Amino acid sequence: MNKNLKEQVLRSSGVNVLKCMRCGKCSGTCPSYDEMEYHPHQFVYMVERGDIETLMNSKSIYKCLTCFACVDRCPRNVEPAKVVEAVRLAAVRQQGNNHMNPNQIPEMLDDDMPQQAIVTAFRKYIK
Amino acid sequence: MQRIGVFVCHCGTNIAATIDVKAVAETLSKEPGVIVSQDYQYMCSESGQNLVKNAIKEHNLTGVVVCSCSPRMHENTFRKAAASAGLNPYLVEIANIREQCSWIHKDIASATEKAIILGKAAVAKVHLNAPLTAGESPVVKRALVIGGGIAGIQTALDIAEAGFDVDIVEKNPTIGGKMAQIDKTFPTLDCAACILTPKMVEASQNEHITIHSFSEISDVKGFVGNFTVTIKKKARFVDETKCTGCGLCTEKCPMKKVPNEFNMGLDNRSAIYIPFAQAVPKVATIDPNYCMMMKTGKCGICSKVCSAGAIDYKQQDQYIEQKYGAIVVATGFNPINLDKYDEFAYNQCPDVVTSLELERLMNAAGPNGGTLLRPSDKTHPHKIVFVQCVGSRCDDSKGKPYCSKICCMYTAKHAMLIREKYPDTEVYVFYIDVRTPGKNFDEFYRRAVEQYNVHYIKGMVGKVTPRSDGKIDVQASDLLANEQLHIDADMVVLAAAIEPDKTARPLATMLTTQMDTNDFFTEAHPKLRPVESATAGIFLSGACQGPKDIPETVAQASAAAAKAIGLLVKNSITCNPCVAHSNELMCNGCSSCEKVCPYGAITYIDKEFKMPDRTVAIRRVASVNPAVCQGCGACTVACPSGAMDLNGFSNSQIIAEVDAICK
Repeated sequence: MNKNLKEQVLRSSGVNVLKCMRCGKCSGTCPSYDEMEYHPHQFVYMVERGDIETLMNSKSIYKCLTCFACVDRCPRNVEPAKVVEAVRLAAVRQQGNNHMNPNQIPEMLDDDMPQQAIVTAFRKYIK
Repeated sequence: MQRIGVFVCHCGTNIAATIDVKAVAETLSKEPGVIVSQDYQYMCSESGQNLVKNAIKEHNLTGVVVCSCSPRMHENTFRKAAASAGLNPYLVEIANIREQCSWIHKDIASATEKAIILGKAAVAKVHLNAPLTAGESPVVKRALVIGGGIAGIQTALDIAEAGFDVDIVEKNPTIGGKMAQIDKTFPTLDCAACILTPKMVEASQNEHITIHSFSEISDVKGFVGNFTVTIKKKARFVDETKCTGCGLCTEKCPMKKVPNEFNMGLDNRSAIYIPFAQAVPKVATIDPNYCMMMKTGKCGICSKVCSAGAIDYKQQDQYIEQKYGAIVVATGFNPINLDKYDEFAYNQCPDVVTSLELERLMNAAGPNGGTLLRPSDKTHPHKIVFVQCVGSRCDDSKGKPYCSKICCMYTAKHAMLIREKYPDTEVYVFYIDVRTPGKNFDEFYRRAVEQYNVHYIKGMVGKVTPRSDGKIDVQASDLLANEQLHIDADMVVLAAAIEPDKTARPLATMLTTQMDTNDFFTEAHPKLRPVESATAGIFLSGACQGPKDIPETVAQASAAAAKAIGLLVKNSITCNPCVAHSNELMCNGCSSCEKVCPYGAITYIDKEFKMPDRTVAIRRVASVNPAVCQGCGACTVACPSGAMDLNGFSNSQIIAEVDAICK
């Protein structure tokens, strides 16, 4: 368990995961459920356990639509989408070798791709 | 010269573990006027009390300070001990060094210092204590029960059994409350009406019980033993004394499109109506919002067919004033409004119902005569989904923070009854936790699972979508299978949270009783005084105090009755002598105190005063009725001239305490 990562996710999301009563309504309401390896309620529980790296390495963080249905319907106001977003941010902000290398860009260039997408891609972790 | 005794209690380790009690006793022995200072393991025990009594006799004490627990706990104990040793009980002061000191501090040195300061404040106060004598006030031997559900009925029957007169005030046209709407009761599955209606009849026939149906409380004055209550008898446009309840008017009434509250609006009733066949009193009521005679002046059929001549379109609200010694609140509960939970489609789809609506749908006296049919197309449902905890156990912004307590059991009951009667129906129950603490409760729930094969799924429904083919798509999570499910249901039943009746809050204001943030009445002590309110003479019965099932409600109803009887058997009660009094020479007649007094204890009188030079002036001054004053102290704070003072808590005593603390 990476304590610093947990601390970072809790702080950047502003979510108190201990408010969760494990009802699963977030996962019951999630339109992206079948696309996700880890589901909204698992995000909340795994962050509580400090198992952040598993989530960061899962494609689930990119499958959340940020539709906020779970935030709207959570009876305890836990706001699971904010946890997913915080884990995604933790992945994006990761320092070091996981980021896109500028040398890779020329071969990826495509006339239809907006420049903004390339700039954004620099900030993102390679899937 | 004062001769004060100080007694420091260890309370086992409750106090002694955090406070150096010997040091407290030692330090306080040096305070002015203190001639004896002792500590003991349990001051409230018999030997501890004897220590106090003996010291009073031996040293001829003029004041006693006990450093112990909260005065709410043992002030009375030590006052009695002092009285038995010949000291006026109001010369005893308690310094609370447990709840307000040892329990909340960890550091021994600072806790000890604080305990000493609290002790010094009590010593400073007792120097100024005056002996007080409690007066007596008579008890009116009649009780009022507010609410005519099973709680109110049971309380009234028990009080009447003891031989006292009881009035039940019920806001609806009939008594019976929620239990009258329920089909079967858990965990025995006996018919609710079969056990309730005999009690309703018993109440109506009991010579000691008067039922004021279709009535409300409009005003409460007075105090324990002597309340004056104004009851508003709402105009029902039918003379109760003449109506025989034959029901001919309800048959002939041409206006038949009124939503029937008793069946949760699932069918219609006529504008003149009797809520249900076993209603007590069985008297018709005209709904003026729908009656054509009342609205347009054209109709009058009910009046023509009534052979008793009971119809009176001109009837007015009536006000009755009655005196009571005790009041029992039994205002009950309602399911919450589900408007804000759109995800369950309650307002979009008639086949999404609440559990109380399902009770009516399954009831033999309900809209379908006991056959379970979908409200939309009157077909048999073959797949039913139950959703638990709708609006219960929520964050404050999303619903009720508490568990509604009864839903797990009635859902198991519904599921079981449906599987029993319609074995071709699949029943799913989505639960967060199944809570079944009660006699034979878990066995009941297990029977639903094991014997009736009800599908219990750990998870919550996220979204309910009515489909164009008449089915309802229920999207939910199955947490144990880690799957998201879609069920094409025919009906969805929502276990809506329960909340106190809306009339409870204005009533609490009239009764000057306390409520919690959820509008449940607060009991005087959560463990030891569960059926009394903190206001003397007001008792609590049933779900107005917290979510309860029927057996618990009946138990509490009888307990409240026992407490009320305990009050009513007394001819008089001892008054609290710590009441306000006005120094007439200082009073400027401004009426500030009269305005803030919640008990109406203060009146103004014109009084003659001898002035210098043998002249006489008539001045308007405040006068306190000590029998009505409850000693709350509001007037002493409001008084701009310092004329109002409270016995036992005088301004000079409070200042002496503050001085001792700040020294």
